[in-house]
Amino acid sequence: MMTLIKAKEPFRFYTRLHLTELTGLKASTLGQLSSLIKKVPGSCIYHHTHRFLQQHQYLSPEPPNDFAYWVTEALSEDELGEKLASIDTIQYSSIRSLRDKIADTIDEYLEHNRVAELKFSRLGEEFYFIKSKSFLLPTNYLVYDLREFVDVLKKVTLDSIYFHIFEARLRLEKGKNDFSNWIETSLGDTALANALSKLDPYTFTLEDLRKAVIRIIERRLSE
Amino acid sequence: MIKINDYIPIVGESIIEDLRLLAQKLKGISVKHINSTSAGGGVAEILNRMTPLLKDLEVDVYWDVIRGDERFFEVTKKFHNALHGRPEKIEQADFDVFMENSRKNINEIDTGTNIVFVHDPQPIALINKKTDNKWIWRCHIDVSNPHGGVWKFLNDFIVRYDSIVFSAPIFSQPLPIKQFLISPSIDPLSDKNKELPQETIDSVLKKYNITPDKPIITQISRFDRLKDPLGVIEAYLEVRKYIDCQLILAGGTAADDPEGIQVLEEVKEKAQQDPDIHILLLPQNDIEVNALQRASTVIVQKSIREGFGLTVTEALWKAKPVVASHVGGIPFQIKHKYSGLLCHSVAGAAFALKQLLNSPEYAKKLGENGKEHIRNNFLITRHIRDYMLLFLSLYHTEDVVYF
Repeated sequence: MMTLIKAKEPFRFYTRLHLTELTGLKASTLGQLSSLIKKVPGSCIYHHTHRFLQQHQYLSPEPPNDFAYWVTEALSEDELGEKLASIDTIQYSSIRSLRDKIADTIDEYLEHNRVAELKFSRLGEEFYFIKSKSFLLPTNYLVYDLREFVDVLKKVTLDSIYFHIFEARLRLEKGKNDFSNWIETSLGDTALANALSKLDPYTFTLEDLRKAVIRIIERRLSE
Repeated sequence: MIKINDYIPIVGESIIEDLRLLAQKLKGISVKHINSTSAGGGVAEILNRMTPLLKDLEVDVYWDVIRGDERFFEVTKKFHNALHGRPEKIEQADFDVFMENSRKNINEIDTGTNIVFVHDPQPIALINKKTDNKWIWRCHIDVSNPHGGVWKFLNDFIVRYDSIVFSAPIFSQPLPIKQFLISPSIDPLSDKNKELPQETIDSVLKKYNITPDKPIITQISRFDRLKDPLGVIEAYLEVRKYIDCQLILAGGTAADDPEGIQVLEEVKEKAQQDPDIHILLLPQNDIEVNALQRASTVIVQKSIREGFGLTVTEALWKAKPVVASHVGGIPFQIKHKYSGLLCHSVAGAAFALKQLLNSPEYAKKLGENGKEHIRNNFLITRHIRDYMLLFLSLYHTEDVVYF
């Protein structure tokens, strides 16, 4: 069993809650979709690539984003839907670069499939651009070592896990997730920090991601 | 009296802890809901359940109801129909009746709370009483295609609110004020949604002479053309060619609705004494609706237009596979092939029904996904959370708010 190290700085768990804001913007063709993707606020791109994942987290271990779902279901452009669903979100450390990748994927597809430009979604099935307004609140959970950390991890909300893993690294443009960051800087456990950083969170359901993080930490604790 | 902690076994303790954290941030802020009725209708139903829960969270919340004479409510009924896209003849005299009644309410109703939360068009003119406090207008109806000048009339009031709330993205309108999306919800502890013992379900089936010896397809809806009960029968007849099954069409009595009575007659005519089609005129009985939903193999909601479609929410919460039209708020609840099947036609509905009846494992998976989707997004606890976030948003304009 490893000796528990007391952290230089304790870890405070936060929760991140969203209110959904309507923009009044909608697209019924791929051209409109691409053009609006380039213009809408970053919080819109965030919503459609991350909120979908969170709202539908149980559906599939590799959930598509909202754009992929709409292109496939409303326009029946399966090939483009597949390309959008398989964008490796974890490679992109900012919303800006993710936005560029999505728009480029659509534009490139349109270049080679001119007829796709002529497709319209049915009335009422347009793509509605939505944005997320986030509220970050400190919870009452404050931990000083790895054992306390893993115990709290078992009971915090998925919103909290989501915030520390996804929002921290992408929306706030931090390179890694908060857990790895704290474990490295406050506990000095680089190997464990790296093991957590290696997880591709986009390929788990949130509940499975929680379990995976707990499993890695408990294995470290039992060494 | 139901307490907020009663929801812990359903949504988990940490979700309720989050609600308490939010409620603390609202200390010192008073809120008043105002609508047009204290009983009957979806808005009153949700406020009846939500207000005590907000109080239990120690939010300083009140609820008041406007008053109006018969003429006023006739006019607001016309407004309601017109907003839903039905042609209505609305004259200046109607607007005058609306304003005359509104003036009385403006004089009588206290709107001195920090936040005033107005529901639907009937009390909308109370905004004339706005001082330096915050006002929200909540539109519960489908205004995606309003008819005539009613929206224009309301718009002059709407733009003076601080924020407006819609139930589905498709209802939003180009407006110069903040628009938020907050879906309605169901209460998992209400009679319509709580767990039922098998004996209760069996006794309801027995009461209506339904034998669960073959798959049951059910649509729960009032007898209304917009719910397309005739289309449901056509889809069932198509399925019936290949699969031995039965159909339940159950809905409220239509005694005060001449068109409803006519639709019911047409439904009976179409059913042509088929012993496997059960047409049930249910009085308002939530336990029976609950039991029929739980007894069903597949639930259908083949509406032509729909607000949010809470019958779909109820069915999904009971982990039932659902076939529903791609209208109103339904696509928000059902992601096609993930948490149910969406359709656009009778043929599409029939095909989806056959798929689900022939593939019980697939149907079960969709139902389980559907239930989790409702747990995460459409229960009253999420609704309470969104309302508290909405209240906080009035004081914090930035996209990311740090506390």
